[in-house]
Amino acid sequence: MKKIDKRVITSLMAVAAGLLAGAILILISGHDPVAGYYNLFRGGLITIQRIGNSLALSTTLILTGLSVAFAFRTGLFNIGAAGQMLIGGLSATVFALFVPAPRFVMIPCVILAALLGGAVWGAIPGFLKALFNVNEVVGTIMMNWIAYWIVSVFVRTTIPESEYVTTVSRPITGDMSLRVGWLTNIFSGSFINIGLFIAVIAAIVIHFLLNKTTLGFELKSVGFNRHGAEYAGIPVNRSIVLAMTIAGGLAGLAGVTFYLGYQHNMQVNVLPPQGYDGIAISLLGLGTPAGVVISAIFFGIMQAGKNFMSAQTQIPPEIADTIIAVIIYFAATAILMRRLIDYLGKRRRDKKPIDIVKDEPKGGES
Amino acid sequence: MWDIILLMAPYAIAYSCPLMITALGGLYSERSGVVNIGLEGLMVIGSFAAAFTITTLGVPVWLGLVLAMLIAAAFSLLHAFASINLNADQIISGTAINMIAGAVTVFFARNITGSGNIRVSGLRRFDVPFGLSNIPVIGPFFFTNTYATTWLILGIVAFSIFLLYKTSFGLRLRSCGENPQAADAAGINVRRIRYYGVMISGALAGLGGATILVTYSGEFNGSVAGLGFLALASLIFGQWKPLGIVGATLFFGAATTISNVSQIIPEFAAIPEIVIRVFPYVVTLLALVMFSKSSAAPKAAGQPFDHGKR
Repeated sequence: MKKIDKRVITSLMAVAAGLLAGAILILISGHDPVAGYYNLFRGGLITIQRIGNSLALSTTLILTGLSVAFAFRTGLFNIGAAGQMLIGGLSATVFALFVPAPRFVMIPCVILAALLGGAVWGAIPGFLKALFNVNEVVGTIMMNWIAYWIVSVFVRTTIPESEYVTTVSRPITGDMSLRVGWLTNIFSGSFINIGLFIAVIAAIVIHFLLNKTTLGFELKSVGFNRHGAEYAGIPVNRSIVLAMTIAGGLAGLAGVTFYLGYQHNMQVNVLPPQGYDGIAISLLGLGTPAGVVISAIFFGIMQAGKNFMSAQTQIPPEIADTIIAVIIYFAATAILMRRLIDYLGKRRRDKKPIDIVKDEPKGGES
Repeated sequence: MWDIILLMAPYAIAYSCPLMITALGGLYSERSGVVNIGLEGLMVIGSFAAAFTITTLGVPVWLGLVLAMLIAAAFSLLHAFASINLNADQIISGTAINMIAGAVTVFFARNITGSGNIRVSGLRRFDVPFGLSNIPVIGPFFFTNTYATTWLILGIVAFSIFLLYKTSFGLRLRSCGENPQAADAAGINVRRIRYYGVMISGALAGLGGATILVTYSGEFNGSVAGLGFLALASLIFGQWKPLGIVGATLFFGAATTISNVSQIIPEFAAIPEIVIRVFPYVVTLLALVMFSKSSAAPKAAGQPFDHGKR
């Protein structure tokens, strides 16, 4: 328990470092950091509609964060959530545009299409890793760019909005969208959609899968020690493929919540930044589904508030992305933080040997 | 057909050069034992530094290139410090470099221009003098419509081959990527060599990003459109060897040029666009599969140096 506490502190320190770096940048560029942060969080939370938008952005981030976290628990680095999200979104878009179906059939089908599309896109680098020992980092990066070009070319040539506007796909509205009337009404017309429920359910399922099933145990053992797991008779190669497939499926779901929920079309020549944000969220959330949900909501608020902040204070909106990026850097260098905590803790302990002597008659816990 | 190839050659070479120099930077870093997937971000930094110094500060183009290299090398220290001193996961650190670079440069660019785009009046193409451009076949292919940066980059590649394979520094650098413990035992300061490796990769990737700016792009917009990752692919496809990289990047440069002109030149219109676009990435995956048994990847790349490990 104590070890977990220390890791949580590390995450909080990474967030603090990110916010501090952001404040310094705002200062350097000649603006007021206090006003900047006040408006950044106000922009994400000030009205019920803005809260809805923050949650809608968090929805996608929860799913990409889960995707990266799940692969990471099996010792795999899924840098390809962006590509899996694109293919998931494209599969759902194509299904929605080309298959006529009533709403109660359509919604489950587009979700399933996204899940399968993403799963396939994750499974390919998984197979390459398991069968040919192709590094999954390089494999997923290549899959990202293949997805980027497939979506760009397909949207431009096959499903453009019109003859003249070929940079976005035909819009997905009404019965095919994940937005539902009652939810939109509660949040007075925001982008929030049933994707939020998909994300929360996915987080619960992943928590259950990792902690309560044999499969989860096997995947985690492969993550802890691949050779140890192999010796214990766990099928390592199958675990790798399975972990990447599930991770891909989660990122595919992120695609349907974003392209058919938050947005209503797909654009050409965009690799969604949510894929990389997912890495930050997974690190910050310590690879646990609950941590991922909390981190994703935090990031969602920042992403939703950044344009409001920019309009109010002239601070460029990229500050939010900078903060996220700095958080990743400090989460990666967690060892520096842990050493700092240990050093500070040690100094405090060194300082009061006399107190310990005084306390001794009461009986120490250690 | 020959006319078309001649017409395309300068474009293909112009497109290959930034890739070539960035991949070469990646080679220095990985051969020293540090995986650098932050190449994309370092290119963006170089591109921004050149745009800022040339347009906003008004320095000459060549000085802008030098400053871009210095600034990108300084920025790469973030990655070097995390992966060499703090034993951080090099993939995560590199990802952070990419994200910080993409966000910070646009942040500053917006403070300067509002839109976040900075236009640059770059280099002009020229024909190589001394009659070289009049040589039949080779002349029009290599010596007409060239950029000065092309010759600079080819010079750096040639010098790198010498540095890596003919000097003690090169031998040390390579040994740190293969077996750092042995290098350490031989009295080499592994951490210092790795710092050199990462900083050279930063400088060269910065030059790559700046080259894109002053040659064919002409505008900073906060992204190099995945060329850093394509450089990484070239490094793998070229099997971590300088000449392999030259071959791979020329190949990718030609493929990209073909896909860019395929709309207007009927000979290429028959090939579906998507095939040409995904070609470099699929080829890289296939290369990885083919080389999986005999990969020339530096053995210690990606692993933090542990003094006590044997």
